[in-house]
Amino acid sequence: MPNSPNRSLIMAKAALLRQNFEIAGAHPVDLPLLQSADTLLDLYGEDIRGRAYITSDALRGEQMLRPDFTLPVVQKHMAQGADPARYTYAGEVFRRQEHDPDRANEYVQVGYEVFDRTDPAEVDAEVFALMQLQLRGLNLRAATGDIGILLAAVDGLSTTEARKTALRRHIWRPRRFRALLDRFSSRIAPSPTRLKLLADDFCAPDVPQIGKRRASEIDARRASLCADAQAGPIAENELFALEALMTVRETMPYALEQMRNIAVDLPAILPALERLSARISALRIRGIDVDNLDFEASYGRTSMEYYDGFVFGFYAAHRPDLPPIALGGRYDALTRQLGQGTEIPAVGGVIRPYLILALEEEMQK
Amino acid sequence: MTVKLGVPSKGRLMEKTFDWFSKRGITLSRTGSDREYAGAVDGVDGVELVLLSASEIPRELATGRINLGVTGTDLVHEKLPRWEQQVEEIAPMGFGHADLILAVPQCWYDVDTLDDLDAAAAAFRKVHNHRLRIATKYHRLVREYLSDVGVADYQLVDSQGATEGTVKNETAEMIADITSTGETLRANHLKILSDGMILKSQATLWRSRVATCEDTHKTVLKNLLEQLDA
Repeated sequence: MPNSPNRSLIMAKAALLRQNFEIAGAHPVDLPLLQSADTLLDLYGEDIRGRAYITSDALRGEQMLRPDFTLPVVQKHMAQGADPARYTYAGEVFRRQEHDPDRANEYVQVGYEVFDRTDPAEVDAEVFALMQLQLRGLNLRAATGDIGILLAAVDGLSTTEARKTALRRHIWRPRRFRALLDRFSSRIAPSPTRLKLLADDFCAPDVPQIGKRRASEIDARRASLCADAQAGPIAENELFALEALMTVRETMPYALEQMRNIAVDLPAILPALERLSARISALRIRGIDVDNLDFEASYGRTSMEYYDGFVFGFYAAHRPDLPPIALGGRYDALTRQLGQGTEIPAVGGVIRPYLILALEEEMQK
Repeated sequence: MTVKLGVPSKGRLMEKTFDWFSKRGITLSRTGSDREYAGAVDGVDGVELVLLSASEIPRELATGRINLGVTGTDLVHEKLPRWEQQVEEIAPMGFGHADLILAVPQCWYDVDTLDDLDAAAAAFRKVHNHRLRIATKYHRLVREYLSDVGVADYQLVDSQGATEGTVKNETAEMIADITSTGETLRANHLKILSDGMILKSQATLWRSRVATCEDTHKTVLKNLLEQLDA
């Protein structure tokens, strides 16, 4: 890492930030460096192998050097947490870099995570305001978004449950989401191969049945494709509304106004918009300048896969080469997935002291 | 100082490479016994032949231990991240054609495209409680490709040989492998996805961008490249 500030300064800064989070009411936790690769792979899929360092032993199998803290924090909370609970931690995370040698592969993060069932807007605002407070004087641009609004839009489409499930599954993969949307709205004609598959006189090829995916599964998929072909295309007004929604990029109050107009065609997003409205008020009460705070409906779709509600990041506008200085969001669904039957609304954020120091150094020059 | 040329040390790839150079007036040959990996170069001065396994040539180019090397596009792309910065492509050599493809059992009549694969993978995971396994030795290329096109719910399992057999043995549901004619695939009851071409590969002559270069060295390299161009 070129010009990286020295390590003892980074650790001192991290300790200070963690202390601030403790003063804010968080309980400090120490978390293991090695994580079970299976759990991470189940959660993120094979992509995580491109971002995390893997090691192994004969007893525990594959282990990953923690690529972030969210998973161990959630696991710790689910195993023994109080309700509600606030945690803070500081330590290294490790990210394998295969494309950009200027990006650090090991760096310190300090986090603040809240597990709380009461007023979600209030907790969203608490985490955002606390992060912003640590970054004052650095002249950063904040970006915010809300994956929950997109999820609500998908849920509200007048189409089959199977299609909605497919779209929800790919909300964090914009390219495949786009391809699905094109198919479900009949914008692209089915291929000749697909038409043959759907035809009444289709007969399966006479080839040996090999592999673990059984004939019954293959037949079941054809049946679901035939059923899907019977369903009409997604209505044009809903499609246009969804597309308009994905491109909303405004300051918070104007974004809310634009999305209320869009809700005429997608009324299902109204409850999510009410949550945004409550969040705006909660932020305002905490002294955040929401009239100049950016909101992008698609923010967080490519890089923040477990977040499913409020998302935010802080960037140095004059240093587009730097990763976000701080970022975070709401990840209720993750606690559901890892909680084996239990769940708790959760929101948190991390801050990167080495980036703060780099920016401070730059300002002194 | 001589210019070091790395060439595959055995088999058809070595023979074809020797042919390619001899058509351009440069005779490469193995010297000593059949088992000894030493070679000679005639027809140009100051060039030393280094016989290596084709899979080691990308790394040798990247560390600068050889100036020129012959190996497949697939190996360079798989083994060298940001390969453009480490090596320069001098000439595709017109042999050793092989495509890195995704192949599924022929009995999967419902799967023809990546879109189908993604949907089948989601359903498979629900039924079998594990992600759909793809056997391959090209981990990085396959993962980056599938991530780019947005396929989820798969996992890569390592297979360094006889990859086509993994499906029948039920250690993988499908494969990502190199094929030239597709014959082995058909013999193992596999078919290629219609949009599942990850990389088209052929034997290629590469120049290392990191190998050190003295002035005398530069002239030798320049003369050699001119002669090869002719």
